[in-house]
Amino acid sequence: MGCARWDKSMNSHGTQLVGLGEFMSLLLERVEKSYREPDGSRLPVLDVENFQLDDAEQVALVGESGGGKTTLLNIISGISTPDTGRVVIDGVEINLLPEAARDRFRAERIGFVFQTFNLLAAFSAFENVLLGMSFSGGRADRGRALELLDRVGLSKRATHRPGQLSVGEQQRVAVARALANRPSLLLADEPTASVDLANQENIMTLIREVCTADNVALLLVTHSPDIASRFDRIVRLDEINRVSQTTAAAGDPA
Amino acid sequence: MNLLSIAYKSIKQRALSSSLTSLSVALGVMLMVAVLVIHGIIDRMFSQQTIGYELIVGRKGSGLQLVLNTVYRLKQPIENLPYLYYLELKNDPRVQDAVPFALGDFTKEGGFPIIGTVSDYFVLDYAPDSRFKIRGTGFRESFDAIIGSRVAKTNGWDVGSTFTLVHNSAESTHEHDEVFTVRGVMQATGTPNDKTVFIHLNGFYAIAGHDRPLHETLTKLKAFYTEGIPGHPELDQMDPESLRPKESDGHDGHHHGMEDWQKEVTAVLINCKRPPDWPADAASPQLGAFQAEKKRGFQAQAVNPIEPMRELMQDIVGNIRKVLVVMTGLIIIVSGISIFVSIYNSMSDRRREIAIMRALGAQRRTVFSIILAESLLLCVGGGFFGVLMGHGLVFAAAPYVAAQSGLLIDPFAFEPIELTVLPALIVLASLVGIIPGLTAYRTDVAKALAE
Repeated sequence: MGCARWDKSMNSHGTQLVGLGEFMSLLLERVEKSYREPDGSRLPVLDVENFQLDDAEQVALVGESGGGKTTLLNIISGISTPDTGRVVIDGVEINLLPEAARDRFRAERIGFVFQTFNLLAAFSAFENVLLGMSFSGGRADRGRALELLDRVGLSKRATHRPGQLSVGEQQRVAVARALANRPSLLLADEPTASVDLANQENIMTLIREVCTADNVALLLVTHSPDIASRFDRIVRLDEINRVSQTTAAAGDPA
Repeated sequence: MNLLSIAYKSIKQRALSSSLTSLSVALGVMLMVAVLVIHGIIDRMFSQQTIGYELIVGRKGSGLQLVLNTVYRLKQPIENLPYLYYLELKNDPRVQDAVPFALGDFTKEGGFPIIGTVSDYFVLDYAPDSRFKIRGTGFRESFDAIIGSRVAKTNGWDVGSTFTLVHNSAESTHEHDEVFTVRGVMQATGTPNDKTVFIHLNGFYAIAGHDRPLHETLTKLKAFYTEGIPGHPELDQMDPESLRPKESDGHDGHHHGMEDWQKEVTAVLINCKRPPDWPADAASPQLGAFQAEKKRGFQAQAVNPIEPMRELMQDIVGNIRKVLVVMTGLIIIVSGISIFVSIYNSMSDRRREIAIMRALGAQRRTVFSIILAESLLLCVGGGFFGVLMGHGLVFAAAPYVAAQSGLLIDPFAFEPIELTVLPALIVLASLVGIIPGLTAYRTDVAKALAE
């Protein structure tokens, strides 16, 4: 699957593919990120020597708040760029892309599920899924949007707005939206943290099942050992982030 | 989903403030359209290039008033001219057409102005290359009348209908006994002729009360012809006081079966003779000299029917229009600012919404375009309703304006300048959308998502 997508990336982004293992979705190499303090000094937040995700691999990333996980997700998704290092997704070194190309890449290749769902209140469930397709450059596929809603069990709630849906249902819509453009990587940022206990199980099962079915790599951030324990591979953020190892007690703005 | 539908959804989300700001644009555009359309109608009506005759000769006084009551049937007529003077003009070797107008009465029903005239009037063009089209026989007898299309429609009159007149104004209680019969109905001309009733000049003179006491008439005639009454040396010798009715003989001083010297006309429409090869659209060569000669005279004036109106339009109406257009333009700009304020104020609430779209892959220029599209939808949508409402206003005002001023307004009139409203609104929308759009463009996604 990875190989097939690489060709597409060459055409749409025009960047050279880098030598990445044939079955690798994500590679972070010597990625560093720091923020400027009001006094002008730099506050390091992230220092990852090496982190990678195989094709369609599902990984739980465990870390406490303030460990740099949001910064890490922003860098992987191209919302932020690292100060140094490489971020390679599907063979494309996205940190070298100009911002507009990174946005496009994100729209086409990366699905995002947020802790607080982040559905747009003005749009129905169906339209929220369509919106996920609207920024990738292609035509919004209404049939696929309905099919995705059906897969997350909300085909009968398609016309409802987020305010008319339960939190569990809202997160299901968010999962459908994240899959809209057939991404190769799904980033889930504590997707069950805002969902009631009864729904946590459902949401987790749903995310893992659709990723397996669609051959999508999953990086799921959680601070719940219970949720992490279901994954074959569990990565502790402080194991890969050397900043956390040295300044764990110092606080982190991200 | 395209950008416009995303923008439309956001507008719908803020339905109340969106519709209010859009309404303010609509009201501004409505006023501007109404001003433009009504002004366009007035402008066209009063600036016809030719109206079938080159000069109006009337009693010395306001040239504008002479034109207003002769051509537009507005205002009270000025003083009259002696009928003898009309005959002089008619027999002037330089004159091609001389058509007398006698004004002063109104129909009892509907209060339409009456003009006593002769059939020659209906042979003249009423507008460039436009001849009157009259259904019926036209003038045959003294008490025959030809009515304008609007008179026919409003009063429900047709060929064969009969009517009476009231003197001086529709409010007057003085009703004439004479009954006139409609012998011709004009097709609509879009000119004041549509709301005029023409009666045979002889019929006008036959109406009891349209002759003054003889001694008054002679006094006025002598005052007009200070150097002798042409063709009537016997009148020069006569003392007006000798014609004053004596209280004892019970005679009222009126003399039924009028002599020409007793008759009066309000105005005479003149075309001068022109050489056979003279261009049709050029003034006849003798016009200037003829007009100057009438001006020299102490008692009469000859005015170009176009000139006073053109001056009025340029000096007063044109400036009023400018002021109104500027004011309505300002209203639209203020509406634009209110759209800016509305969108700009919403931006702080929408930082997260914009950040979510960016996280889903929307580029900076995409979110900028969405905000700009919102501004466009509000401005252009409001403008579209404004144009409709403006024409609605004209439609609603047309009968009222007609009743108050006598101006006929086509409720479906369209002004080409209205076509500039849309591009102007697009420019306005772009201007007011830029700053909120840039705010969206600059949104810090990571920060807004973390909030």
